[in-house]
Amino acid sequence: MDDLLTEFLTETSESLDTVDNELVRFEQEPNNAKILGNIFRLVHTIKGTCGFIGLPRLEALTHAAETLMGKFRDGMPVTSPAVTLILLTLDRIKEILGGLEATQSEPAGEDSDLIDQLHDMVARGMAAMDAPAAAQDPEPALVVADLERPLRPGEVSLDELERAFQETAVEDAVDAHEPVAADPVPPITLVIGKSESAENLNKPSQKMPIEPPAADNDRIANQSIRVNVDTLEHLMTMVSELVLTRNQLLEINRRNADSGIQASLQRLSNVTAELQDGVMKTRMQPIGNAWQKLPRIVRDLSSELGKQIELELHGADTELDRQVLDLIKDPLTHMVRNSADHGLETPAERLKAGKPEQGTIRLSAYHEGGHIIVCIADNGRGLNTARIKAKAVASGLVTEADVEKMTEAQIHKFIFAPGFSTAAAVTSVSGRGVGMDVVRTNIDQIGGTIDVSSVAGEGSSVTVKIPLTLAIISALIVESAGDRFAIPQIAVIELVRARANSEHRIERIKDTLVLRLRNRLLPLAHLSTLMKCDAGRTDTEGGFIVVTQVGKQTFGIIVDGVFHTEEIVVKPMCTKLRHISMFSGNTILGDGAVILIVDPNGIAKAIGGSAIAPHDSADDRNAGQNGKDDALTSLLIFRAGSPQPKAVPLALITRLEEIAAKDIEYSNGRHMVQYREQLMPLIMMDGVEIATTGVQPILVFSDDGRSMGLVVDQITDIVEEHLTIAVASTRDGVLGSAVIKGQATEVIDVGHFLPLAFADWFARSEMRPSQNAQSLLLVDDSAFFRNMLAPVLKAAGYRVQVASNARDGLSILRSSEFQIVVTDIEMPDMDGFEFAETIRADKRLSELPIIALSAIVSQAAVERGRQAGFHDYVAKFDRPGLIAALKEQTSMGHAA
Amino acid sequence: MSNVSDHQPAANTEYVTATIGGQLFGIPISRVQDVFKPERLTRVPLASHDVAGVLNLRGRIVTAIDMRARLGLPKDDTAREAMAIGVDLRGESYGLMIDTIGEVVRVQNDECEINPANLDPWLGTMAAGVHRLGTELMVVLDIDRVLSLDAETHANA
Repeated sequence: MDDLLTEFLTETSESLDTVDNELVRFEQEPNNAKILGNIFRLVHTIKGTCGFIGLPRLEALTHAAETLMGKFRDGMPVTSPAVTLILLTLDRIKEILGGLEATQSEPAGEDSDLIDQLHDMVARGMAAMDAPAAAQDPEPALVVADLERPLRPGEVSLDELERAFQETAVEDAVDAHEPVAADPVPPITLVIGKSESAENLNKPSQKMPIEPPAADNDRIANQSIRVNVDTLEHLMTMVSELVLTRNQLLEINRRNADSGIQASLQRLSNVTAELQDGVMKTRMQPIGNAWQKLPRIVRDLSSELGKQIELELHGADTELDRQVLDLIKDPLTHMVRNSADHGLETPAERLKAGKPEQGTIRLSAYHEGGHIIVCIADNGRGLNTARIKAKAVASGLVTEADVEKMTEAQIHKFIFAPGFSTAAAVTSVSGRGVGMDVVRTNIDQIGGTIDVSSVAGEGSSVTVKIPLTLAIISALIVESAGDRFAIPQIAVIELVRARANSEHRIERIKDTLVLRLRNRLLPLAHLSTLMKCDAGRTDTEGGFIVVTQVGKQTFGIIVDGVFHTEEIVVKPMCTKLRHISMFSGNTILGDGAVILIVDPNGIAKAIGGSAIAPHDSADDRNAGQNGKDDALTSLLIFRAGSPQPKAVPLALITRLEEIAAKDIEYSNGRHMVQYREQLMPLIMMDGVEIATTGVQPILVFSDDGRSMGLVVDQITDIVEEHLTIAVASTRDGVLGSAVIKGQATEVIDVGHFLPLAFADWFARSEMRPSQNAQSLLLVDDSAFFRNMLAPVLKAAGYRVQVASNARDGLSILRSSEFQIVVTDIEMPDMDGFEFAETIRADKRLSELPIIALSAIVSQAAVERGRQAGFHDYVAKFDRPGLIAALKEQTSMGHAA
Repeated sequence: MSNVSDHQPAANTEYVTATIGGQLFGIPISRVQDVFKPERLTRVPLASHDVAGVLNLRGRIVTAIDMRARLGLPKDDTAREAMAIGVDLRGESYGLMIDTIGEVVRVQNDECEINPANLDPWLGTMAAGVHRLGTELMVVLDIDRVLSLDAETHANA
């Protein structure tokens, strides 16, 4: 029984998908008797099988649907409501099947609502037809009589059942558009289809709606057999092992060439390759299988959204690995929904824009060098660049300044950012917050890439590039820091040999490595650095650069050596190691060693974090969710005076310099250096010795035309971290300790060192601390900023009180008198905007000047701030800006 | 503890013994797939410190666990060749790197004593009791716990 049920479930669900599509076609061509015949037979088959294995609920439902379709066949007019009703019935059937699959028995439930409607429809149709047709079809009477109880199994003759089973099998074999076989044939399936059948399944470049029924191809069915997927998987595994062994033999032969086996080995190698190809082919399925549900979905969407949509499917016969196919099914559906919902305009809008009323969504698939390219295009309104821009800025993905420099294509890329959805209103179709980022994650998982292009008013298209298979890939074997790694060839664009004095040499911008390649700056990263095993690496300027592309992001991975390309069998990483995003798997090489397969997506994220697209890293995803406590801060890590690492926010530093020791002068009791035609004082942290030979690294801080140099022993790194001061410090010059990259790091207090260079650094004459110093409230949820800003503000002549959140701030404000408030914007619970609005609403406080501090300073944010009641809006780290704003606001306050 | 040799049969378990950092440990023989000399270990950058690397054992990829690191024992400074005990967990192969492999012992199950209260708590999470073998004490390792190197270790990775 179990086997029978399983068989039934697989077959029925496949048939139902077919019925869905056939019905949509039928609605468009109501006079096509052939389509109707197909649908009728399919439903009839399901009904028959249900009766046979005792599923009364399903049987009653299919029976009622069949009756209605029978009427169509008898000439009843096909109306859209009738088709909708049958589609609804099919949905119910699918629901029941789902329950059946889960529990092994028919779920309890009542379908009389649908059955009644079906009968109503029949009755109405009959009335419209004028001609009594009941006599021609014995079944309606039956249904009416049997409405409340199951049909007796005896209603279906054994002969019919026999045929029903065979038909179902045949239909499966030839898939969607092969509804019936004329004569009984052994069970068959599409799993191993002869290529001929595959071609006939889904004709390339054919418009779905006018695709002719392919009923003439019945004979193909004879040429395929049903094979269990597990058997195929096992075959695949064995072939993988064979490929490995072949590789090992080849490797041995490379080392000690024995001409005796050379020829046989070559033959073995060829046969293995062919076998591999063959087995891979058995796993191949036409991409059309993933598209099967689309016509129905688009039909439903078009009526739901009131849009006229034509769906074109091209290249449905393009084959790809079933594993990959499963993974792209949902993303594809999602993107088609997106196009229908966001992309296409309503008929009225389209007419106004001078376009035909009917919009088109075109899916096309084709092969391109080891990849499958799938393109989803629509001729709708295109992406709304302005809205994406605004949304990206508002959600803190990018600053206003940066976004202005971006090209349209770069801005469009934001739709792939986590949680990004521009739909103003949440519709039932899309715009629920899960959007293209989910699609991209899915595509990423299978090593694919996704890209979008759009022309305003003309439409947009999303192009997905996916590997043919995930099991065996071609990889470049490289060496880095003594270890070998495999880089999937699919991501590699070219190899560049870097030499110190050649055209291609590795250059530095601060600590970022770049390569000038054909007039473009290519960000670089040492593989060993990314892997954190660069302990013994000498900073040579040579090496090989593997130019890699992930999506539109191109970067170079510096490796020490490049060996060769090898076909590798991807084995998943051990579950204990799967959290390491730098690797996508491991494999056994020809020489028997295990090597790790580098995941270019992981590398892209690691590099992108600092160099290219700061919005791509997984960390940012968290930042978006958890508020600003998780905001990343770029920190410069250095050592000075002690082996413990020290850190300072990169944004505070003007420049990193290396000054020849001989240029450092000693005058008036302090070290100085001539720097940009000025004398720049050098300040040393405790325990730092100024170098007497070679070069001395210094951090330059500049403000208001003056610079000071902070002498450090060594600049070690630039990192992006969530900065949280864990332990406050009692020592001058240190704000506290934070864990940075897993190490306790002292965060230094720049505010302490600046006055050491120029005693009056903060104390400009116009704001010298006075008896009647003004009270200032500083609200910031980040301990780091509170610790950093408070001394600066004190030095500028204010009596400073701090609050770690807006609510505390409010109660402090209400309990004592303040002249000015400086507040952060991005705070959990009550943000700065809300805080300001609350203050403005408070009668006593409504005149209090408020200055906003934010990491995001964009036009939109400033505008928002003005509305909330901020007097000024200053970027974090912009100390002079803050001082100036304070000065302006407090003097105005005095005047008022 | 009484002598229970004349009790019910089948109340005993065989353990493969191994020394790790001078201490004798026992692993239920039913869990042991094989004992091998780990060769050509490929280190896994960015992995937690108790993952020694991955290696190829007869065509299977085995994740080698540095048991000294895992059990919080001091690093081995002698240059002796390590051995590994192969165990499986949910279809994946692991090699537990140990110092030396000992013999197989059969002990009565009811002679197993619970972990002493003052046992190192970290070690305690992976120990399933202690057996007295003549002059030595054998700590029984709970393989599932040993291999549950999840969140806490990865957080530090």
